[in-house]
Amino acid sequence: MSRVLCLVVAALIVCGFSRLEAQRGNPQPPRPPRAAAPIDLTGYWVSIVTQDWRWRMVTPAKGDYQGIQMTPEGRKIADAWDPARDEATGEQCRSYGAPALMSVPGRIHITWQDDTTIKVDADAGMQTRLLRFGNVQTNKPADAPRTWQGISEAQWLAARPNVPLQLRPADRTADTPPLRPTGGSLRVVTTNLRAGYLRKNGVPYSENAVLTEHWDLYKRPNGEEWLTITTQVEDPRYLSNVRLTAPVFKKEPNGSKWDPTPCSARW
Amino acid sequence: MKFEKPGIAVLIVVIMLWAAPVAAQVDLTGTWQRVGGNDNGASQEPVDLLGMPLSADGRAKALSYDIAALSATERQCQMYPPMYAIVGPFPLQFSMVPDPITQKLLAWKIAGWGDRDETVIWMDGRPHPSKIAPHSHGGFTTGAWEGDTLTAVTTHFKLGDIKRHRGFSSDRATMSYRFNRHGDLLTVTGILEDPVYLAEPFVLTQIFRLTTNPNNFPLTACEPIEELPRLHENPALVPHYLPGKHPALNEMTKRYNIPLEAVLGGPETMYPEYRKRLRDKYVPPAPVTPGGRGGAK
Repeated sequence: MSRVLCLVVAALIVCGFSRLEAQRGNPQPPRPPRAAAPIDLTGYWVSIVTQDWRWRMVTPAKGDYQGIQMTPEGRKIADAWDPARDEATGEQCRSYGAPALMSVPGRIHITWQDDTTIKVDADAGMQTRLLRFGNVQTNKPADAPRTWQGISEAQWLAARPNVPLQLRPADRTADTPPLRPTGGSLRVVTTNLRAGYLRKNGVPYSENAVLTEHWDLYKRPNGEEWLTITTQVEDPRYLSNVRLTAPVFKKEPNGSKWDPTPCSARW
Repeated sequence: MKFEKPGIAVLIVVIMLWAAPVAAQVDLTGTWQRVGGNDNGASQEPVDLLGMPLSADGRAKALSYDIAALSATERQCQMYPPMYAIVGPFPLQFSMVPDPITQKLLAWKIAGWGDRDETVIWMDGRPHPSKIAPHSHGGFTTGAWEGDTLTAVTTHFKLGDIKRHRGFSSDRATMSYRFNRHGDLLTVTGILEDPVYLAEPFVLTQIFRLTTNPNNFPLTACEPIEELPRLHENPALVPHYLPGKHPALNEMTKRYNIPLEAVLGGPETMYPEYRKRLRDKYVPPAPVTPGGRGGAK
């Protein structure tokens, strides 16, 4: 009897591992990020300004820093805000850098520049962000120039199925969701920034600020698509807390409302 | 547990390996402290409808509201609607509700606060009640996983104010949520739709951080007291403002130079092109004096 049981067990072990192997699939070369994208971010998106309206839709008063905790050094920089000086020095794009750009009211156009680079054009300020997959941060040259949009490293966070131990899986097929979960998230880390403003009225971030974003898509049953970008700005020099915001975009059918507008230091 | 027959133990392990994976799930259990920098509930001006996609009826309702109404005996214990989870001041306290027999996840529960009812997100596929079913302050919520994201929809909640006494949702409103966990951060996106008081969906977000040091305000029994004598002397009195008579109507305009038409909200005010209408009308207010608004260490 025990010999028979052992044979059964051995057979089940073989079958079980075969099944697991089939689930995992044979080793395949990694697909390029464009082909492996768990979500499709491409298209035209309009920012929906229901939050922080008073600081985003109009230029707030000098000294109006409500909601942002700055270090004394940051406060000093903010108090010295002078848009005329920024214009004179050709730095009128200071409030359009990557840490602020997604909160600037406007539209963004997301495309694939190539198989490993997502291109995000913003009509407000006519800025372009390049979100590159791979070890961009590790491999960047030591003397890489600092820019308003910095160097961004992108990574897909695909939803992965966990495998809970189920003793009676057959009983649960009726309410078990699909084997391959859909969805995922885009994680972007940006450095090599040129110092700029989080708000139009001079709330600063330094060139050593680190921007971390998670881009999450939301497709609704009525066909609407929404995008939430969880945004963290870490800058111990000028900010005494990590700045956390989550601007929202809604997908548009085309680019008919695309309205490129140059940077402005005052509006 | 000790197996006398090792073969049986092996068999069980094999069956475990055989088990099919279920969809991804993320553990949301714990207390999530509000850390987002959005201004959802921060406004101090009683009439601040900036960026709210209110309908004409929604605007009229908002401008008729006098916060003293909350002191009426019958209103002191009314709770805020589900949107308050995003605009309110307290943490979200998540717990799992297991099926008592199978121990499968039956629901997620977000504990209530003193003035917000608990939210039970049913995950077992049960349908929403009939349209004419009774409404509660917390409403009825069902959820599902989309990849690693918990989605939920709440219906059957009562009328209530949606942005700290600025604007209302009706009892026909629907609230949809997305709960996205990224490490120890939880981003909640809420989309409120209301055929009565909103002309377009009202979307807000809030970010929370997992904490072991919560500062919660637990849901407790509410007992009305006499807050404003005039309301107790005249129980028929309902504090309100007649059309055009709200005393704080022009406060935002006086303080921030924002045109009244923007202060009164409407769907057009939340789109970027609205800035063009403001550009010639808006002049930044005088600088805030040192030690003024915000920016503190």
